[in-house]
Amino acid sequence: MLLALVLTILHQDFWNWDDPSLVFDVIPIGLFYHASYSIVVALFWLWVVRVAWPSELDEGGHEEEHS
Amino acid sequence: MITLVIILVYLCALLGLGVISAARFRKTSDDFFLASRSIGPFLLLMSLFGTTMTAFALVGSTGKAYNQGIGVYGLMASWSGLVHSAVFFLVGLKLWGLGKKYGYVTQTQFFRDRFGSELLGKILFPILVALVVPYLLIGLMGAGITVQAVTAKSEAFAPNGIPPWLTSAVICAVVYTYVFFGGLRAAAWANAFQTLVFMVVGVIAFAVIADALGGMEAAIANAKPERLVREGTISQLHFASYVFIPLSVGMFPHLFQHWLTARSAKTFKTPVVLHPVLIMVVWVPCILIGIWASGALSVPPEKANAVLGIMVGKFTTPMMSGLVTAGILAAIMSSLDSQFLCLGTMFSHDVVFRMKGQADLSDQRKLVLARLFVGLVVLVTFLLSLVATRSIFDLGVWCFSGFAGLFPVVLSALYWKRTTAAGAIAGVLAAALVWVVLFAQSTGKESLLLGMMPVSFIVAASTFAVVVVSLFTKPPAQERLARFFPSENQS
Repeated sequence: MLLALVLTILHQDFWNWDDPSLVFDVIPIGLFYHASYSIVVALFWLWVVRVAWPSELDEGGHEEEHS
Repeated sequence: MITLVIILVYLCALLGLGVISAARFRKTSDDFFLASRSIGPFLLLMSLFGTTMTAFALVGSTGKAYNQGIGVYGLMASWSGLVHSAVFFLVGLKLWGLGKKYGYVTQTQFFRDRFGSELLGKILFPILVALVVPYLLIGLMGAGITVQAVTAKSEAFAPNGIPPWLTSAVICAVVYTYVFFGGLRAAAWANAFQTLVFMVVGVIAFAVIADALGGMEAAIANAKPERLVREGTISQLHFASYVFIPLSVGMFPHLFQHWLTARSAKTFKTPVVLHPVLIMVVWVPCILIGIWASGALSVPPEKANAVLGIMVGKFTTPMMSGLVTAGILAAIMSSLDSQFLCLGTMFSHDVVFRMKGQADLSDQRKLVLARLFVGLVVLVTFLLSLVATRSIFDLGVWCFSGFAGLFPVVLSALYWKRTTAAGAIAGVLAAALVWVVLFAQSTGKESLLLGMMPVSFIVAASTFAVVVVSLFTKPPAQERLARFFPSENQS
């Protein structure tokens, strides 16, 4: 939860708001930051599915009981 | 002419894929609606991504970046990466488990059962249909307009191009054909194929345009400096409040149906992790093309959606133009098929099967009715597209706001035991009421209220109504809660 909150706050990169500098001379820093942010988000979800996966669903915790 | 040939080859490839997937069709209603709950991780990833990314991901993102610059990525793409995956994990996975356990096929079935309320189902059904229909029309009309613009340049169809009604008719026929024969399994296969097409085409178009502009360094050096920052185009509050828009995926009826197709809970891991990466792969090139265009073109802001087409037409070959058009159609059709199927499923399950009685209908009869209803939905949508005006496009972001406004209802249904039927009904009505009031006061297009996205107020009103009304009404019966919160009741 804390990490999700940190990620939510990091999305608001006010420090790049008016910075026109380019990374590798080709990509604006604000766009580079958010593209990297997408990768970090994917790594965050990779961590979540490893440590917080609801294993009861994998173990067939929901038996067939169609209504 | 080469452009049209590529589009036709692409549509034929889709039909061929439909035929192949039909060979795997098990000829049961369960296979038609939910692919017998057998979809694996790769197909689930591609179909969820293809369904959530509309033509806007290619055309709209480029146009918006042309007008507003790099901030568009943070607004729409990086928020979606975080929030969509959260919704898949917290809502989709849980609904998959409950759907498997109790045999749900539609959202209305879940809500009726969770709260034991027929009234909730009766209120929710028309609202969901009313929110999906404009979304469908936007896709269908967008396809017609795109093909018309591209073919207007060819000698065979100049100066007016192929009429939009003809493109809409062909697309409806192609989508209905593969859905008719293969149901949701065919839609999942087609979505995977189409998603690959629009991703690959986007990246190739990016490379070719960059080369034609003298390389990425030269292209960005010529862009308008104000497009490289957010200052002056997007406020901090606007940027932050956009977080509520991607919550809409939690209440998309077509996404609900895709979630239920998963083979196992583990199947969700791949989409949860890789969805943000796929968003980045599609959006970053489109945003950069939009920024480059700010220095290379002088298109009026109100015609920004034409920027991608113009850049491709000006800086690449007719063949590339055909491929990009096929990519745009792929993005549109990968949402259309799921939406057609989900509306047909809703009408058959929530209306007809309930009226006739599930037990009185044989599986073959259900299959016939399902195909008939999907066909009727396709036909009605096509007819509506003939009379709808282009102002329907202004409704786009408002449809997302409407679905997002319903998100507190599904979240509380899954995680807050104290939620009552009255609370859920109040949440749905509050979302609908605030949506109508704000939409009536807006200019139609994306507008801000107190500097924030209007969806912020819709979500707040819905949350408030669910919580307050639930707390002031009789708690739900223990037997019902035991069915939906078994582990917590055991402890």
